Amino acid sequence: MGRKLLLEHINVPGINTLAVYREKGGYRAVEKALKSMSPEDVVEEVKKSGLRGRGGAGFPTGMKWSFLAKPEGVPRYLVCNGDESEPGTFKDRYLMTYIPHALIEGMIVSSYALGANTSYIYIRGEMMPQIRIMEKAIEEAKAAGYLGKNILGTGYDLEIYVQPGGGAYICGEETALLESLEGKRGNPRIKPPFPAVAGLYNCPTVVNNVESIAATVPIVNDGGEEYAKIGIERSTGTKLISASGNLVKPGVYEIEMGLPVEEFIYSDEYCGGIANGKRLKAVVAGGSSVPILPANLITHTINGNPRLMTYESLADGGFVSGTAMGSGGFIAFDEDQCIVRNTYNYTRFYRHESCGQCSPCREGTGWMEKILYKIEHGHGSMEDVDLLWEIQRKIEGNTICPLGDAAAWPVAAAIRHFRDEFEWHILHPQEAQQRNYGLAHYADPLVPVTE
Amino acid sequence: MLSVKENMIVEFSADLLKQFSEVVSRYPEGKQKSALLPILHIVQAEYGWLSVDAMEKVALFLNIQPIEVFEVATFYTMFLLQPSGKYLLEVCRTGPCCLVGAEKIMDHLEQKLGVKEGEVTPDGLFAWRGVECLAACGFGPVLQIGPSYTFYENLTVESVDQLISDLTNKSKNEA
Repeated sequence: MGRKLLLEHINVPGINTLAVYREKGGYRAVEKALKSMSPEDVVEEVKKSGLRGRGGAGFPTGMKWSFLAKPEGVPRYLVCNGDESEPGTFKDRYLMTYIPHALIEGMIVSSYALGANTSYIYIRGEMMPQIRIMEKAIEEAKAAGYLGKNILGTGYDLEIYVQPGGGAYICGEETALLESLEGKRGNPRIKPPFPAVAGLYNCPTVVNNVESIAATVPIVNDGGEEYAKIGIERSTGTKLISASGNLVKPGVYEIEMGLPVEEFIYSDEYCGGIANGKRLKAVVAGGSSVPILPANLITHTINGNPRLMTYESLADGGFVSGTAMGSGGFIAFDEDQCIVRNTYNYTRFYRHESCGQCSPCREGTGWMEKILYKIEHGHGSMEDVDLLWEIQRKIEGNTICPLGDAAAWPVAAAIRHFRDEFEWHILHPQEAQQRNYGLAHYADPLVPVTE
Repeated sequence: MLSVKENMIVEFSADLLKQFSEVVSRYPEGKQKSALLPILHIVQAEYGWLSVDAMEKVALFLNIQPIEVFEVATFYTMFLLQPSGKYLLEVCRTGPCCLVGAEKIMDHLEQKLGVKEGEVTPDGLFAWRGVECLAACGFGPVLQIGPSYTFYENLTVESVDQLISDLTNKSKNEA
């Protein structure tokens, strides 16, 4: 059994209420931080913990905090990113639904560390039930004296508000989120200036993912060094993984960093293997924008080492034979799934969600979608595959925000690892309409690399 | 697209205006525009959609230009710019849900309700559309129904039929 820091009490009845949450040791971190630590101490502990942003980019949280500008007389803001729109990711929704006070407690500790007196939790609009849950939890915390003026008699003031989004994937990007929070269209801003200098209302702002903020609670309670003992290398602590697709037990799992991918997929403690007795064909390991890998490359690296659930191991081999941790959206595909159809589906998603600011993304995503539709429906030609490759290459790195990259990578990886499936669609248009390419050689063991 | 053919003249009740003011109080002085998205959600929950007149009145309330409301309402997909059915069934159609049969659910809805995506049934009760990822991938296929945005998870053809008949009965009892 791996250690659980965030979901330890998730099955306790009534854990969504303040009373039960406190019985289980909740709000200790607030008492400890506000009464016995300076804001700098809290930042120091988070730095020592090695916590990396759980939203997708994996940037060290403590370092992000230390960049925050602190000019005299200007308010600073903490904004929690609960937009959670990366396909395959649903951990933040789970956390907010079942243990909302973990996020509130993290918000108080983090806001204290950053010197923010007003903080916002931006939650995607579709999660209206979760918005209500968070609002109720805030009310409870306020009534108990954990929010408002002079918290616990320490002289520290904090108000937290929940802000609903409007159903735009792009608002998960931090500058687009800030635009949206200011009541505008979610068009990402050009950086620099970074939010740490000019963020919400042009004031210094930190934007952190729900899970990152919740993770500051065990870090303050037990110390950063204790947190850093879990995990391997620069992947410390625990991570929430959203498992979906053709698995026996999809759902949200808290894992210790360093768990072998194979164990995560097949062990009964986690996903319990592939549903309906089928075989694994491919996995998208970190949300729809990270490269898809065939079964043999997700369980083992190209050198034959077991692949582990860490930032480093998942990225082993770069984009040639590796992938990325991303947001932890683990999507498993069984042998009946069609890679071309799935790639078309993702590309349609990115075309739909592109904000339209940058031409490569606005035009490129739609163009790729049309080509993929053509191939999937039996009208493709071999040149189309090369054209797809060219288009994705010209989107990547040429846009203001990473949505362009996120749209390009899945297409690139699908062609890189499953090119023969695209070609089969083109060569056998009739057959491709009626049946699926299947597993073919994707399930075969990897041939060892020899000199 | 903004509907110019259809408009609905609205007058915000005292209760709605009170809710608007509460939202505005969450932001610093002069930053009342931040209240735009929450207020549009409140208006849509009240009237079912956002008419041009309603949006103009929101602009007036927030002391911003009407175009600032229109550009936001057209950007975010949750805002409905045309009237829809009483129950708008929004089915997730993105990757992970399709792996577990979302397309089948949408085909079934089209057949069962007898209307195409985006259209409203003749009795005005139902409409359906595919939407992008709803962050419930592990419990797919899923659909949501506004304005409370209740989620219905692990859908099957049978559970969808049940849901439709429940909603039909609920609506009859309300009438």
